[in-house]
Amino acid sequence: MSGPSLIPSPLVVVVGAGPAGSRAALSAARCGARVVLVDSSERVGGRYGRRPAAVTDGEVTSVTHPLEVAVAVQHRIEHLAGATVWALEPGPAPGRHLVHLQQGPADDRGRPVRTLTADALVLCTGAFDRTLPFPGWELPGVVTAGAAQALAEGQRTAVGARAVVSGTGPFLLPVALSLLDVGAHVLGVYEAGNPARWLRSPAAALRDGGPGRLAELGSYAAGLARGRVPYRTRHAVVAAHGRDRVEAVTVARLDAGWHPVPGSEQRLAPVDAVCVGYGFTPQLELPLAAGCAVRDGHVVIDGRQATTVPGVYAAGELTGIAGAPAAAAEGELAGLSAVADLAERQWVAAAGGTAPGAGLTPPPPARLAAVAARVRSGQRFGQALARAHPVPGGWRGWLREDTLVCRCEEVSYGELRDAVVARGADGMRALKLACRAGLGACQGRVCGRNTAELAAAFLGAPVADPHAMDRRPLAHPVRLGDLAGPPDGAGDVTSDPPVSPDTR
Amino acid sequence: MRVLRKEREYINGAADADVVVVGSGIVGAACAESLTRRGAQVLVLDRGPLAAGTTACGEGNLLVSGRAPGPGLALAQASLRRWPRLLAALREELGPGRAECEYEAKGGLVVATDDPSGIALRAFAAAQRAAGVDARELAQGEAAAYEPHLTPGVRAAVHYPEDAQLQPVLAATSLLAAVRARGGRIRTDVEVTGVETGRDGQRIVGVRTSEGRVPCGAVVNACGPWAGQFAAAAGAPLPVLPRQGTVLVTAPLPHGTVRHKVYDAGYVRAVGNADAALQVAAVVEATQAGTVLIGSSRRAGFDATLRADVLRALARGAARLFPVLGGVPVMRAYGGFRPYTPDHLPVVGEDPRRPGLWHATGHEGAGIGLAAATGELLAELWAGEPPHVDPEPFRAGRFASAAF
Repeated sequence: MSGPSLIPSPLVVVVGAGPAGSRAALSAARCGARVVLVDSSERVGGRYGRRPAAVTDGEVTSVTHPLEVAVAVQHRIEHLAGATVWALEPGPAPGRHLVHLQQGPADDRGRPVRTLTADALVLCTGAFDRTLPFPGWELPGVVTAGAAQALAEGQRTAVGARAVVSGTGPFLLPVALSLLDVGAHVLGVYEAGNPARWLRSPAAALRDGGPGRLAELGSYAAGLARGRVPYRTRHAVVAAHGRDRVEAVTVARLDAGWHPVPGSEQRLAPVDAVCVGYGFTPQLELPLAAGCAVRDGHVVIDGRQATTVPGVYAAGELTGIAGAPAAAAEGELAGLSAVADLAERQWVAAAGGTAPGAGLTPPPPARLAAVAARVRSGQRFGQALARAHPVPGGWRGWLREDTLVCRCEEVSYGELRDAVVARGADGMRALKLACRAGLGACQGRVCGRNTAELAAAFLGAPVADPHAMDRRPLAHPVRLGDLAGPPDGAGDVTSDPPVSPDTR
Repeated sequence: MRVLRKEREYINGAADADVVVVGSGIVGAACAESLTRRGAQVLVLDRGPLAAGTTACGEGNLLVSGRAPGPGLALAQASLRRWPRLLAALREELGPGRAECEYEAKGGLVVATDDPSGIALRAFAAAQRAAGVDARELAQGEAAAYEPHLTPGVRAAVHYPEDAQLQPVLAATSLLAAVRARGGRIRTDVEVTGVETGRDGQRIVGVRTSEGRVPCGAVVNACGPWAGQFAAAAGAPLPVLPRQGTVLVTAPLPHGTVRHKVYDAGYVRAVGNADAALQVAAVVEATQAGTVLIGSSRRAGFDATLRADVLRALARGAARLFPVLGGVPVMRAYGGFRPYTPDHLPVVGEDPRRPGLWHATGHEGAGIGLAAATGELLAELWAGEPPHVDPEPFRAGRFASAAF
């Protein structure tokens, strides 16, 4: 810590404690900033922190993630576990933000509401699994690949005894392995894409992903071979069948556009688990609430992880999907950039006579440059990954009139089409109100992107405001009583004449 | 010649529009519906997607309860009478599915939780009764029979059986479906940038759009909160200003938890200075999906940011009325802009400064409820028919001397 000062160091609030967020918190704290690291789970490390778990004498124990230790010993970091940010708002000064959060077990009543004033905000909220709809995907037993993996690695529990894995991307392989590891029979891994595309640019994969990546992929392949798990490319589960839960699936061969090849359908039974993962969808509500620009589903950043909003940085899967090492590099850069900018602001303010903070040691330019180079490499890897695993529109052909596109509100493909074509709803906001897709419990997290793509196909043009469903000013549900806070004093009640909701 | 060709392309070989309606929200849709029913060739233009502005950010209020006797109440009474007839006609014309709007004559319940506002509420209801409103004062304790979960702290309650609700986007898209079925055209993502006047420099002969000129006999300004901007661009400024309204939506609750549209007569808080006043009045109602909508707040300006203090004030108001809601998760919040005028009455009719320029705006938070009568009134005036509501209080010229 430099110089004795009564004024506290600036506060960096980091949302999300996965690889990106943990690294951002550490790098900002090591440069002298006070950091609050907010995460909805109890442990640091995010999705990657869950593994590996071990079973000792029948007890599931999780191994401590190295990042968890690093965060725990860093005294400038306050880790708010089990905390959810429910709203963000600008203020009280330019570049600063109010972060409204709630901490405590998710279903508790009376979770205290707390507000932090962030001098800089680093958003590392990650992404969730993308699923594509198909007939029967609402049946119990159909889960996201990520959920199946979390259950296997975190709880040492298999989601089913006879499972299939379907989707696209290298992530399917460790999911299948995690299932094998907990004793499930994996009937097949169906990769809808054609990852041979990777091999077209092995140099890029080697340079940007590092040799570790290829070794990782190789070990997955070997694991699947040992488990005698068939791995089929250009195939997908296009329907699930069952009465009360999934009992069978239809697998079809796909053409390059993901249209099922007629006559290639094959029924697999019995099946009691279908693990689906078509890449990842970034959790955009907080960046959108902050006003950050979003392009092609990702937060727009500059070469220093700064978003288009002063004082707000983004790192990790919000900016592109490239795996944990790339996310960690982005997080580190975001933390450093936040401090560098705060130090600059502090200096400017000090010259003006007031010092808003103290004790920052901004990173030397060489360090920034080195981290930035790692970030660029990771981003190239992410771009290659995205190119190798596109999601072409042929999946729309898997849908039938009565296939649900929104599971929460049970909106069918036919109802969605009616809202777009018959009612003319050509923007996402009116569309969801016209057919209720995206209005349910998940608030469009599962169906939003698919709905936007389906609407665009009906319209023959991109839907207006495709991110309307990602815009959730209330980023997380809050109990009304918690939002209300303690009851008002009597002084608030006035005896004004009756008020009309029309005119007020 | 180039302009002419573009214009031909734009209107796609069809006849010029008699009327261009600018804005595809509920008010523009209602005007277009009433005009096409009279045989007018109508083109509806919206710079954004269909019904995506104020209409997509409201609760769907069809209310007489909140209105003091006067022209606003007269318009509301006419509109509430008109809505069920209009929806029945649409069902006839379009079939039940396409005309489905979740219309529900659920009734309103206004309650007071302290004696001064109870006295005011009773006096207010008595005046409304004299103006023909069905306002039924409930006896002490009777409110619980209407709303079992209502706070026991109710000191006075008035039941308004005429109040109703419908789903605004469904209503607007149903009206526009009828417009389309009658040969009207609807184009979104086309911005009207100004008007063109004839030789006299006054009368409207067309509009300029982001896709070229469209000749027309009349233009309807149904731009809602943006109507002031459009009026200025058309050379006839109008004091229509935006205020943000915020709504909270809860997770679905068992049917019957909240049965009416319930609001608090006396609970008003003003935060901040008078100019940018934030006002909150608790309004609670269930939708057909089981979710509960919680309003209402008003904050001046085009600031789209949702403020946490507004969300909290809304939650406090709702929890006071319905303590049972305290444990219910709020799932989402949304805000929208409501267009208001200095005298809080809408503007409906032709602008004397620009013959051919018509306004249908300034409905504040009541546009859904007032749309049916507004569209009809505008079409009646346009067609030279005797109006079913006195148009005088809504004329555009009433602001002519005001400084804005």
